This record gives sequence, structure tokens and C-alpha cells, in this order.
Amino acid sequence: RVSSDGKPPKFQPPPKPVIIDRKTQKEERRFLSPEFIPPRGRTAPLKYYIERKDMIQRRKVLNIPEFYVGHVLAVTTADPFASDKSKRFVGICIQRGGKGLGATFVLRNVIEEQGVEICYELYSPRIQAIEVLKLEKRLDENLTYLRDALPEYSTFDVNMRPVPRMAHEEIPVNKLQVRMKPKPWSKRWERPKYNIKGIKFELPEHKMKAAQKWSQPWLEFDMLREYDTSKIEAKIRKELSEELEK
Amino acid sequence: QGLLRKSVSHSLLSFGSTTGACRAIQKLTRVRLVDNSTLGNTPYHRPPKCIHVYNKTGVGKVGDKILLAIKGEKKKALIVGQKMPGPTMTPRFDSNNVVLIEDNGNPVGTRIKTPIPCTLRRREGEFSKVLAIARNFV
Repeated sequence: RVSSDGKPPKFQPPPKPVIIDRKTQKEERRFLSPEFIPPRGRTAPLKYYIERKDMIQRRKVLNIPEFYVGHVLAVTTADPFASDKSKRFVGICIQRGGKGLGATFVLRNVIEEQGVEICYELYSPRIQAIEVLKLEKRLDENLTYLRDALPEYSTFDVNMRPVPRMAHEEIPVNKLQVRMKPKPWSKRWERPKYNIKGIKFELPEHKMKAAQKWSQPWLEFDMLREYDTSKIEAKIRKELSEELEK
Repeated sequence: QGLLRKSVSHSLLSFGSTTGACRAIQKLTRVRLVDNSTLGNTPYHRPPKCIHVYNKTGVGKVGDKILLAIKGEKKKALIVGQKMPGPTMTPRFDSNNVVLIEDNGNPVGTRIKTPIPCTLRRREGEFSKVLAIARNFV
């Protein structure tokens, strides 16, 4: 273009390219399995360090994928008493417990109208493969209420195909509200102690109000229960990335 | 359907309250028969209950023999699934499952539809006939 002065237009440098360093972003958001974070206590950190080294050794051999409560997993274990020496179980992950090498996760499925739950140890040498069939987080961290829910919410096809993961960043949250069998339940899930958001409570209003009697609103402000894991997590992430590169 | 409790729905009326606790099988536990025997499938006003456990301790786990009281008769049975969590890697069922058995170990029914834990295969000698009629293994 020609400016009004007749002189060539003033040189405008091209816009600076914005460098989005995807590698560092990915490292910040990389999933840290909850069993790596040591529990709050007075044990020497050396014990956890040695345990973490063993966990990393095992992870180099067996690929333990990133999974949360609510994912549908298929686990193949070695079993001397099964035909073909190996056994495959498909189920939804109800809860993850334990720290360190004893970390466990419970898978639940309903086979032939019978609910079955198996508690697997993540780092057990009997596990041959763990596949994630469906990636889906739920509203709660503990889905033990599925035992008292209608069986259709815990049935998963044993031969289901793995659902492909869409974007590489987000894991979809399933805001499903589960319908329950009539009371009595194994635990009083309507009480605020369990803080469950994934149940569609069809109880009368006065019962829900009566359950609020057991609420302990001071617990979230209790400073002695605070456990800030940000620094510990950062240290462990650095350790992990160093060890896995070796 | 209104009386469908979380545990067994074999009897037409469930008296009293059903425990939600997960314990092993001992005297007076109500159990669920899993095979297709006539004793198990005919409805009765009382659920089958355990009256004795053939064990040093009175607590029966998977693979133990128990004495069952069904329809006014005494019959031996084998525990194939329990509500109590056992060692890791073993399945935990949502109901206490039991299979009717004769004194010599022969099963009374001809088919077991519900899944059976693979750990019973360890005692192939005693339970070979029961394992032969089982369909699914978990």
C-alpha cells in the first residue's frame, strides 16, 4: 500500500511467534499415581524412596496406565488353576487404596446376575496386563455405593472393545446420577460424611434433612488435618522423570 | 419387587432385617443356593440356613462344607462364594453362595450358572464333580 506521504510504509516487524512449549506443559499436567505420595507420618523418607525405586522398576516392565475411579479396566492375571494359565476380568474401578507397593484397586462387575468384586494389587507380579477399556471419571472418588445401586449400573460386557481416547488432555467426567435399590443399604450413603454426589436420592425431604444432623462442617477448617502435598508431589515428579529416562 | 432387598430374594417374604455386614458363613447365616436342584428352586417360607460348619473354627470360608437346613431337611453343602473380602486377587461376591452336595461329594444339581472362584480348582480331588458342572470361573 502507498501511504499518504508517498514514502514507503514504515517497516513493521512481523508479530513475534508465541512459542507454546507443549513438552513442559505436558510434564506439568502429567498424572501422578496417588500411591506414590507418601502418607503423613513420622516414618523415615528413606523407606518411601526405596519403595518408589521398586515401583518404578516394576513400571518399566509392566505398563500401568493412568486410570481413575470410574474407569472400566480389563486385567489379565496369571493363575495356575485356570485354563490357559491366565484369567481376564473386566470391571469398573470402585476404589483405589493403599500406598507404595501395596497399592490396590477394586474392580466390580455383575456376571450372570451375581455381583463380583476383585481387589487387585497394582504391583503384584501375577498381573500380566492392565488395559483401560473406557476412560471416564465419575463425580465421586469412591464408588462403593454401586453395591447398593441397581445392578444395571455395574454390568459391563466382558468382551467390550476399548473406547478410543479422544483428546490427549482431558478425561471426561460422567455426571451420572445412579438409582439405588430400596433401603436398607450397606452404608447410609445419604449422610454428609460420605459426601456422595453421584446418587439420585429418592428419599423424602425429612429424611434428607435428618441425615444432615450428622454433618461436621468444622472438619474442612481443621488445620491439623491439612496435608499439603504440592512440594512432595513436585519432588516425586522430578524423581520419576529422572528415573524413567534412564 | 418392593421387597427386593440387596441380599437374597429367594423367599417370598423376608422376615426381620437383613444384615448388610460382610462376614463369613457361620451357624444361622442365610445362604443362597446357586445350583438348579429341585430343593433349591422350590419356594419355601423360610430361607436356607446354615446349622453347622465342618471346620475347626465355626467360621466357613470358600471351599468349606456346611450343613444346611432347607425345607425342613438337613443337607450338606459347599461354600462357593462369600460376601466377606478374602485374600487379594480372590473374588468377593455380593451374596453368600452355596452348592448342595451329598455325603460322598456328589453335587445334587446339574448346572451352576453363577461364577465360581478359580481357587476351588486347587482341591481338584475333592470337588472335581462340582467343578465339572460349573459354567463360569472368575
